[in-house]
Amino acid sequence: MSTNPAPTGQRERTLEAPHPQRERADNALKTAKTGHYLPARASFLRRTLLNRTAILGAAVVILFAAGILLGSYTVTIPDFFRILTAHFAGGEKIPGASFIVMESKLPRAVIGTMIGLAFGLSGGLFQTMLRNPLASPDVIGISYGASAAAVTAIVVFGASGAAVSGAALGGALGVAAVVYGISRSGTLRAGAGAGTGSAAGNRLILAGVGIASALGALVNFLLTRTDIRTAADALVWLNGSLNAASWDRAGVLAAALLILVPAVAVLAGPLRIIELGDDTAAGLGIRVHRTRLGVVLTAVALAAVATAAAGPVAFVAFLAGPIARRFAGKASLPASALVGALIVLAADYFAANIAPLLLDGTVLPVGVVTGALGAPFLLWLLVTANRKDA
Amino acid sequence: MAVLKAKDLTLQYDQRRVVEGLTAEIPEGRVTMIVGANACGKSTLLRGLSRLLKPAGGTVTLDGKDIHSVPARELARTLGLLPQHPTAPDGITVRDLVGRGRYPHQGLFRSWSEKDDAAVQRALEITETLDLAGRNVDELSGGQRQRVWIAMALAQETDVLLLDEPTTYLDLAHQVEVLDLVTDLNRQRGTTVAIVLHDLNLAARYADHVIALKGGRIVAEGGAADVITEELVLDVFGLESRVLPDPVSGTPLIIPIGRHHAAPKAATTTLELVS
Ligand SMILES: Nc1ncnc2c1ncn2[C@@H]1O[C@H](COP(=O)(O)OP(=O)(O)OP(=O)(O)O)[C@@H](O)[C@H]1O
Ligand SMILES: [Mg+2]
Repeated sequence: MSTNPAPTGQRERTLEAPHPQRERADNALKTAKTGHYLPARASFLRRTLLNRTAILGAAVVILFAAGILLGSYTVTIPDFFRILTAHFAGGEKIPGASFIVMESKLPRAVIGTMIGLAFGLSGGLFQTMLRNPLASPDVIGISYGASAAAVTAIVVFGASGAAVSGAALGGALGVAAVVYGISRSGTLRAGAGAGTGSAAGNRLILAGVGIASALGALVNFLLTRTDIRTAADALVWLNGSLNAASWDRAGVLAAALLILVPAVAVLAGPLRIIELGDDTAAGLGIRVHRTRLGVVLTAVALAAVATAAAGPVAFVAFLAGPIARRFAGKASLPASALVGALIVLAADYFAANIAPLLLDGTVLPVGVVTGALGAPFLLWLLVTANRKDA
Repeated sequence: MAVLKAKDLTLQYDQRRVVEGLTAEIPEGRVTMIVGANACGKSTLLRGLSRLLKPAGGTVTLDGKDIHSVPARELARTLGLLPQHPTAPDGITVRDLVGRGRYPHQGLFRSWSEKDDAAVQRALEITETLDLAGRNVDELSGGQRQRVWIAMALAQETDVLLLDEPTTYLDLAHQVEVLDLVTDLNRQRGTTVAIVLHDLNLAARYADHVIALKGGRIVAEGGAADVITEELVLDVFGLESRVLPDPVSGTPLIIPIGRHHAAPKAATTTLELVS
């Protein structure tokens, strides 16, 4: 009984036999070389995305202008430009209006925009990298790391100003280090199969939620142990507020964003590939661990500098990504950043101008508004989501 | 062209050693099939061969250069890999996914070009996924999705292509078609191909070279006719079988023998018919 195969000649014959499928593939190889194709669909998608992003950008500009010009103290457009030229080029200031615009309204809008961009980007980076909409710096405890460190610095060490911001940064990075440790040990196993990846992500989020509530408890504890005035100072670290916006803070934040936003631009390309899974990404020439580390550091730094400037404004990082995706049709970092800015500006307009009318003049911290509006919005997103994005 | 070699390669996860002291060459310009039982280390070997996993010992070289000393992106222009479990991001379209295969050909300052568009188009046509180009990947059937992933690997246009079970989820006709198209690629462009395949019959038919793994070591290597024997199937898979010449290609055809349905009479008559 011979079980050995026939000579290879027979095999050649089979290969050369006319074969409809083979011909099709051959033709594909041939026509492809001549390069007839229609890239229309891809560029159409790219254009839509660009249009949608442009709309978001315009909305940010409009809200920014509304925050400065309208509200409980209105300024006309010509006055606004007069105030600006007077401030920068010297000239006659408008009593009252100059001060309110230059020292309150403008820095408030500028910081609001910047923290919105930073939170939006940070959330988008985390959510994309961990492939989980729950993975945003506010949910996984990073913003709370910043506020716990800041409150500790204020209450225990009597710190103020830049030292508090520094502590916030340190706290965010500390929590991020713990979280990153967990995510790394998770991804090793995640490489084994598709199913286990989300388990690692879930573990990270659960750990983050635990860390966040422990830190929240710490902040509350510290606040109960301190006198009323220090507590009032520290309160901003509970909710996030733009009431203490100043040009100093805006300057620090702008300098940080000048470094971090280009870093995001560089990481965005590799991040798109990491979305395909670690193995595929490595096969496409990505250094997976290095890129992940870069993304985590950048995202944490973004959340940290934003928190240091205005406290942990609730839900912005968390909601920006999903809303941007819903609006732009697909996940996009620029859209997330712009949606973040939109949320902060809109919430702050409400907090500063509408809430006082309803609440006998109380100016709410912006974080209270984003928190209060964020929760129902989240539920709305969940209810209207297709099952696959939920 | 490109020669991929492993020398004394040891691969492990944390402390678990999976591949040990493996020396092999993926013959240049040929189709190599890697076969072996579940969990014997086939995927791990492909990871080691493509720098996804750093060797705990030994080296992997491409054209004589250690793959870990070449810049990652440069390597990815020569060596492509389709992993066993790729994941598609939510809401990504087929064309976008396939386009991501072009990543190693782009640089920080070299953005999407017509060449990339052409490569994507070619990959879509070859895998017959052009009609799906505008669809969302999450909405495809398992087999369509598998072909889209193959298209992504093809769009990378590498000289060496490693495929980890590229025929999972495919119906028989599409399995054959995928192997045909890989063979076309190999014959027409000289692409060196290594495929992990569970279907021994198809592996035997399409292989120029077979590597059989067991417990992370090579137990047999060479032409399909020499490697795929009843003894090997018993050794590697612990499965009794008959191996006959495939009436279509003449390559080994494995008839498994399980505990049930082995009608002794039928088996012998077939054997007699063949011999
Ligand atoms: N990421 C990982 N971390 C730890 N152990 C792993 C990992 N991936 C695989 N292993 C282990 O390594 C061994 C070999 O796995 P591998 O995936 O290489 O098998 P395989 O031959 O491809 O199997 P299959 O045919 O089922 O795909 C198995 O015991 C597996 O449990
Ligand atoms: Mg495998």
